[in-house]
Amino acid sequence: MTTTVPVLTVEELAVQFRTGREIVRAVNGASFAVHKGEMTAVLGESGSGKSVTATAIMRLLQSPPALVSGGVIRFEGTDILDLTEHAWRKMLGAKIGMVLQDALTALNPVYPVGKQISEVFRVHGERNRRVAYDKTIALMERVGIPDPVTRAEDYPHQFSGGMRQRVMIAMAIALQPTLLIADEPTTALDVTVQAQIMDLITGISREFGMAVLLITHDIGVVMDYADHVAVMYAGRVVESGRVGEVLRHPLHPYTKALLRSAPQALAKGSRLNPILGTPPDMANPPSGCSFHPRCPSATELCRAVAPPRYVTEARLAECHYAETADEYA
Amino acid sequence: MTTPSIAADAESVSIRRSVPIWLLLWRDKPALVAAFWLLLIVACVFVGHPLFVDDAAVVNLSARNAAPGFEHGFLNLLGADPLGRPLLPRLIVGARNTVMVAGSVVVIALTAGGILGMLAGYLGGIVNTVIMRFADLLSSFPSLLLALIVLYVLEPSVANLILVLAITRTAIYLRVTRAEVLELRERVFVDAARALGGSNAHILYKHISPMVLPTLGTILTIDFASVMLSESALSFLGIGIQPPEVTWGLMVSQGRNYLASAWWLAFFPGLAIMLTALSANLLSSWIRTVNDPTQRWRLEAPAKPRTKE
Repeated sequence: MTTTVPVLTVEELAVQFRTGREIVRAVNGASFAVHKGEMTAVLGESGSGKSVTATAIMRLLQSPPALVSGGVIRFEGTDILDLTEHAWRKMLGAKIGMVLQDALTALNPVYPVGKQISEVFRVHGERNRRVAYDKTIALMERVGIPDPVTRAEDYPHQFSGGMRQRVMIAMAIALQPTLLIADEPTTALDVTVQAQIMDLITGISREFGMAVLLITHDIGVVMDYADHVAVMYAGRVVESGRVGEVLRHPLHPYTKALLRSAPQALAKGSRLNPILGTPPDMANPPSGCSFHPRCPSATELCRAVAPPRYVTEARLAECHYAETADEYA
Repeated sequence: MTTPSIAADAESVSIRRSVPIWLLLWRDKPALVAAFWLLLIVACVFVGHPLFVDDAAVVNLSARNAAPGFEHGFLNLLGADPLGRPLLPRLIVGARNTVMVAGSVVVIALTAGGILGMLAGYLGGIVNTVIMRFADLLSSFPSLLLALIVLYVLEPSVANLILVLAITRTAIYLRVTRAEVLELRERVFVDAARALGGSNAHILYKHISPMVLPTLGTILTIDFASVMLSESALSFLGIGIQPPEVTWGLMVSQGRNYLASAWWLAFFPGLAIMLTALSANLLSSWIRTVNDPTQRWRLEAPAKPRTKE
């Protein structure tokens, strides 16, 4: 499976924010790939740089203060950071779709949703209103909005959270893009609706053969839906690989800690195991391995030297002790 | 597939949607009265002006400063001016100049200020700096002085008068628009529109301007009254609209000399200005409610008992 050419590759992406006197390195060398027909999840806690990565891929970062200071983002073979503004805008929506976290703020409150969805077709060259409207109704049907003809006339505030997210998804997939970026699509929803939305996203990506980049902090969602996972910590991808392997045999202590901290249905009565400490201040990152202040098995080596990449056929981990990790897992 | 309850629901929704616009106006009584008053003004402009333009110029020295009443006939119902010209026809005839000048001034100022403000707020950077310093320049001049200079250099025609007043008003719209746009452009739906391939022009036109317009509309209705008065100030200085042409503002400033002896000279045109501005304000607030999807139900809600019939 992994032999296919990736739809999207991110290599050594670095993003800085200049705030007053300091420079915050929000993303500091992140690398991962997204393949056709598969879902790659970027997993990390808040402040790990996962949303900044997604925004950088969309080229939506406000510059200044943000600056993509290094790395390559390759979409279908072309480096998107080299494209002109105009050429890039033509690809947005048409080749790359995006679903944002909170659909209420992401939809314009003054237009009916049907109009907003059909606007996507019209911006991308559909001149006939009637055709755009018919496509909109079919699309709303596809994403599971009941009675689309009536609902198309309703405004965003008249929709429930789940239905709004369906509208967002409809807009993102309207032109059948090859890549769908979903930035925490279910964070604002409750668990039952979350499952419906994730089922919808996976169903549609299978149907259209879309690649999906899922940004999330929810390890459960990753386990249930993603094919690949890239675990981000302090602006770097510290571990990546197929979901089954990474989560069953984590090589990086951070991944292990994440797994331990997730609530378990069977562990009734026992306390949760949070990761001690807080994520590092990215204006003054720690020396050596950025995880060492919170790592239970940190050594002198970890404090002094940044870990090399430990790479096997389908795995990647950035830890001095990745090779021997399985032994004391 | 559709259960009866869903079908009934859909039906009530479609009924709610079909509330006609006149019924929405009927439900908002102050706006209804305002609409009638504005309709009356429009009638004055198009029908009243040709009808009464001769009567308004008839000098009748026996009716100098006549008090309101029927003593001097129906035309002098609201009294007469120092030359005995009947006030009521003069008000009707003056409506045309007043509405034309004040109306075009605020519309031009809103358009220019709105466009410049959106560009300044949305593009930022050097564009913002240039436009805002231009606005500073406009507002640092006393507006009357600016008008005097421009009208002295150019000739004092109606078109130039409108232009000058519009220029002095532009800065208000410009600043308000810029402030709103600065907030709006950070909203997530603007990002979302960009993420789906919308161009800057598309975002400004489709996503930002509809959110700014209600605010500008409100300022416009308030501005309307003060433009009428500054137009009269220019007339008073001899560079605005000159007698024998009539405007409400001119009538107010002429009547000011007789406030102690003949209050009606300034009172009735003043009342006309106030009622027109108030009506414009009430109607604009109604328009805003109707066009705001989250507020519209306030006018639509009473429809509910009707669906039970």
